[in-house]
Amino acid sequence: MPSKIVAGIGLSHVPSVGPVVDRGRQSAPAWKPLFDAYVPVREWLARLKPDVAIVVYNDHGADFTFDKYPTFALGAAERYAIADEGFGTRPLPEVPGDAEFSIHLCEELIQAEFDLTVCQEMGVEHGFLVPMNLCFPHTASGWPLKSVPLQVNVIQHPLPTARRCYRLGQALRKAVSSYKEDLKVVVLGTGGMSHQLQGRRFGFMNEKFDQWFLDQLEADPDALASLSHHKIMEEAGAEAVELIMWLTMRGALSPKAKRVHRHYYAPMTTGMGLITFQD
Amino acid sequence: MGISIKEIPDTSIFDLRLSRRGVRLNRMCAALCDPGNRDAFKADEETFMARFRLSEDEKALIRKRDFAGMIEHGMNIYFMLKIGSVTGNSLYRMGAQMRGESYEEFLATRNIKDAV
Repeated sequence: MPSKIVAGIGLSHVPSVGPVVDRGRQSAPAWKPLFDAYVPVREWLARLKPDVAIVVYNDHGADFTFDKYPTFALGAAERYAIADEGFGTRPLPEVPGDAEFSIHLCEELIQAEFDLTVCQEMGVEHGFLVPMNLCFPHTASGWPLKSVPLQVNVIQHPLPTARRCYRLGQALRKAVSSYKEDLKVVVLGTGGMSHQLQGRRFGFMNEKFDQWFLDQLEADPDALASLSHHKIMEEAGAEAVELIMWLTMRGALSPKAKRVHRHYYAPMTTGMGLITFQD
Repeated sequence: MGISIKEIPDTSIFDLRLSRRGVRLNRMCAALCDPGNRDAFKADEETFMARFRLSEDEKALIRKRDFAGMIEHGMNIYFMLKIGSVTGNSLYRMGAQMRGESYEEFLATRNIKDAV
């Protein structure tokens, strides 16, 4: 049996979740609504038993700097170190990779004209780790599955278009389905939702836009892929443009994938969204 | 000519022109991902800034902890978090300053202000 994508998850990667996990404060009143939303998600994932998570995320100046900045970078390593993003290295185990699977994805995606930067060494930080903390908590024996990090430039314009990200997801689906090992794959599209972290508009959020985005992601992702960066930034804040990474996740699913969970919580400066699909 | 993005009020859009302007600032911030460099910054900011060849204007922004000014001079927000951390300024403190508010005033505008 070839490999297949069994599920997709869109979720925010708010950095303050990291210290909450590290200090065991998940049941603090301000955080409980977020963590409670992931309880049924983890139960569902435990039933699906995925072997590999492809995590579409962006680095925040921990492992990639502007001296050389790739548009799309795919990890092709046996393991990924926990990066220090300026606040100390979090006490987490190294993330196991699947280099053979990554190499297959690189070959297929580059053949499909996605000219990726291939990384044999990559350190991961909150953009990658917070979604892992929420969906696949580690134990004393490490993380429960292997990962393939897919880093996207969503911070230094010009960025790839939303449609390009969506098409990358579609190409990813083909690439996964042509891998001969029998792997069950989950794709995580991370970042967003509405937030702006600089300028006088710091703290701007737009729940109406976020709820509309969740509706459309389920009902008409092809139309959503026509959104311009400007429209997203104007409606939802400059840093909300990370949402284009959710389209890679959605593109990797079949059009008929069924939505399973949906949640929204916006306590401070970011609309924290969650949506899951089963394929 | 390339196509640049239309301006949005009260918003900085970090593009290649801003990135080029902020190249020294962002290189210095990137170095703060190393604990030894964080110690060096804390021990002697002036020497650390000189090492990254900051201009006099850029040094003044760092000395004043002028976060809005740093953004205008091409510092990327995610790189600025590192200078914030090493100077004891959380994202929300930097944000309050950029909004022209006190920290307490800013917190009062949030839905659940304990989720920090």
